[in-house]
Amino acid sequence: MSKLNTRSRIAACAALIFGSLGANSALADEVVNIYSYRQPDIIKPVLDAFTAETGIKTEVLFLDKGLEDRILAEGQNSPADVILTVDIARLTTAKDKGVTQAFDDPTVNANLPAEYRDPEGHWYGVTKRGRVVYASKDRVKQTSITYEELADPKWKGKICTRSGQHDYNLGLFAAAIAHWGPEKTEQWMKGLKANLARKPDGGDRPQAKAIYAGECDIALGNTYYVGLMRTNEKDPEEKEWGNAINVLFPTFENGGTHVNISGAAMAKYAPHRDNALKLIQFLTSHKAQQTYAEQTFEYPVEPGLEPSEVVKAFGSLTSDTLPLAEIAKNRKAASEMVDRVGLDDGPSS
Amino acid sequence: MRRTRHPLAFASMLAVCAIVLLPILALALIALTGTGEDWPHLVSNVLPRATITTAALIAIVSIGTAVIGVATAWLVVGYDFPLRRLMSWLLVLPLAVPPYLAAYAFGEFFLFTGPVQTLYRAIFGFRTPQDYWFPDLRSTPGAAFTLICVLYPYVYLTSRAVFLMQGRNIADAARTLGAPPFRVFRRVLLPVARPAIAAGVFLVLMETINDIGVAEYLGVRTFTATIYTTWINRGSLEGAAQLSMLMLILVVLLLFGEQAARRKQRFHNVRATQVKARRPRTKLTGWRAGVALSTASVPVLLGFCIPLWVFGRYAWRRLEYLLDAGLAKAFLNSLLAASLTAFLAVCLALFMIYAVRLSRSGPTRLVARLAFTGYALPGTILGLGLLFALARFDNSIDAFARAHLGFSTGLLLTGSAAAVVLACTIRFLALAESAIRAGLEKLPPSLDQAARSLGHSPWRSATLILAPLLRPAILTAFVLVFVDTVKELSATILLRPFGFNTLATLVYENASRAKVEDGAVAALLIIATATVPVILLSRALAQDQEASL
Repeated sequence: MSKLNTRSRIAACAALIFGSLGANSALADEVVNIYSYRQPDIIKPVLDAFTAETGIKTEVLFLDKGLEDRILAEGQNSPADVILTVDIARLTTAKDKGVTQAFDDPTVNANLPAEYRDPEGHWYGVTKRGRVVYASKDRVKQTSITYEELADPKWKGKICTRSGQHDYNLGLFAAAIAHWGPEKTEQWMKGLKANLARKPDGGDRPQAKAIYAGECDIALGNTYYVGLMRTNEKDPEEKEWGNAINVLFPTFENGGTHVNISGAAMAKYAPHRDNALKLIQFLTSHKAQQTYAEQTFEYPVEPGLEPSEVVKAFGSLTSDTLPLAEIAKNRKAASEMVDRVGLDDGPSS
Repeated sequence: MRRTRHPLAFASMLAVCAIVLLPILALALIALTGTGEDWPHLVSNVLPRATITTAALIAIVSIGTAVIGVATAWLVVGYDFPLRRLMSWLLVLPLAVPPYLAAYAFGEFFLFTGPVQTLYRAIFGFRTPQDYWFPDLRSTPGAAFTLICVLYPYVYLTSRAVFLMQGRNIADAARTLGAPPFRVFRRVLLPVARPAIAAGVFLVLMETINDIGVAEYLGVRTFTATIYTTWINRGSLEGAAQLSMLMLILVVLLLFGEQAARRKQRFHNVRATQVKARRPRTKLTGWRAGVALSTASVPVLLGFCIPLWVFGRYAWRRLEYLLDAGLAKAFLNSLLAASLTAFLAVCLALFMIYAVRLSRSGPTRLVARLAFTGYALPGTILGLGLLFALARFDNSIDAFARAHLGFSTGLLLTGSAAAVVLACTIRFLALAESAIRAGLEKLPPSLDQAARSLGHSPWRSATLILAPLLRPAILTAFVLVFVDTVKELSATILLRPFGFNTLATLVYENASRAKVEDGAVAALLIIATATVPVILLSRALAQDQEASL
């Protein structure tokens, strides 16, 4: 084979590869582009229903680190229309970084109670999730618990949790700071650290597995994971983990169970503003709320709409009344506290 | 020698460096906008520990990979035992396992709920973690263990190559002077192999510093993990950029340290191509052969078989996912992105290395070294810097087109997979450079100098003399970058356009909702995609080297 031949082949290959890698245009009409902290498979049922109803196609880019920064960098040319997140602090961060735009829509406002949306119209709650206690059916007899009690030495060596720096735990700690003030919360966190069975790790699901295996008796976790485990047909062992635990709804005194939201915001430079609005209207509609409740086992934000049967079996949730903005505000302090206390170092050090 | 060409080489190398340093410059600019309000907290609560943890991790991983890599390489080169040939390429396979998958698999395997401890409890009748002591994987030594198991092949590859290359001349000289085999190894072969071993360890070091997957999963608070918490949990991009800059300064110091250590030792094997006879292997029999075989198997079992077993079990229940269109597309995307990245990285590395060889001037060398700092940065941080730089570029082009041409170009680079390929090229340039430089250093400068003195241009002498001799090194560089790009996750996730998934991002999407099991098929495909070239490379190199000796 001659040299020229090889070289031209390489060039042809490169051209072909570059061509196929080229921009997947997501800018066609009747589409809504979503930058999402939520994994595409989880939101697919709801988005499919949206497309069926409106004919608008959805494009999802899953991104859980640097989502706001990406929109910030892209600037006016950003293709993002809607931002979906799993945590109130993420929503307020997006607002603070200036990558969202406010809107005031009567349909959405009628769908959503005021406590689950931004007073200025930058973000809107879509689902609720409770931060609860998973308790071993065999080894824990009590049927109620408070957050304060987690620092009680009677639980020494018996508590499991995921990393203290995870969104879900930071949300809970931020709520504690709002309820108790920083000093008391730090004392409490030290007590919690001393009670840990092991170094915090894994997601929420593995905490249930740890209880099942006898590594610990109680664990912090979100409500919907229990529903997902108990209905997992693919991996029967997960059903066993889910069934090895009871859900206890811990409360703050004079308050309820810490609840966080997943939510939606309209991106600042949304190229398909109308479609973005239609999507957010749909996400807060009765139909979507029902789909969320049944498929992801989250609590609907629609007032009066019941959660799924699986979730009702956990017991009843009394949401804490602390404004979400308070939680978002204390998040940084919570994150620094976790470092200071060394929660993620586990019980020994 | 014609010196007139050198300014041109230097200028074009500056241009390449400018591209490579783009993300770092963007990060530096972001760092400068910061107020420094994060530092009191970092200095008093985080950094002292993070620095100690990182230093300990680096030390354990470097020593561990050096010992395992050199020992196994020497075993398969110096001795003959049953299955030696098979082991010699099996030992490379852990390279195909991304560290974040290894961390997950080891967690499933070695933690309280895994089979090891469950069996241990069943044997001794323990029930709770308080009943017994077991080494905790969720610790600095645990993270180091995980990293060692998948990173040692870097050292194994470089040291095996050099052991195979040192023909019988020096070893024979030592033998005839009466030195026993192990002494020959310790006093003669090992010192000569030191630069190659150091090069392998240096790659390991960079991978350890840029790791976030293992540290995050096993809860080890390294310097890199601190950058993440500052950025993600405390919303301070500026603080994270400042920390990254501090880390880069340390890395640059390491780079120069390595270079200074290297400069003192240069071994050119002038007669490499003339050595006809291979050094005979010491034949092991009986229990000695058993010990040799099991020693060589342990790293493979840990670094390859355990991950394969953990993901294989989940994947077995999900074989229908193999028919999923999304998976096929992700597989193709991974292949394309990895091939293209490897091609670009090899071209750039060749170019830079040859420029350095030509000019041998201080500034050229310095600039070339700086261009490789990207490897030490965690992927997301590098990706972030590149994102801001590229988006600025895209938006300027767009603004220009709108103003003067009357149409919008949109986001040319950040809106396409070009950004992913560029990020991976910048990230893994150091891998390609290190592999090719190792190959080039074995060739005496007299080779191409001879060609030059006969009146050939630098380009002619490079393509005519050096390129054919460098073929194995170029192949190595290509495969290393290809494999690392297939495994690459964090920069890809940040920079990919709509509808562009790779195998790694598919696994991550599932992991992010605590369903790694659903990503098991994709995880196995990553391992398989990386395994094939690794095997081909390993066999090609072994044949090439054994044939040439």
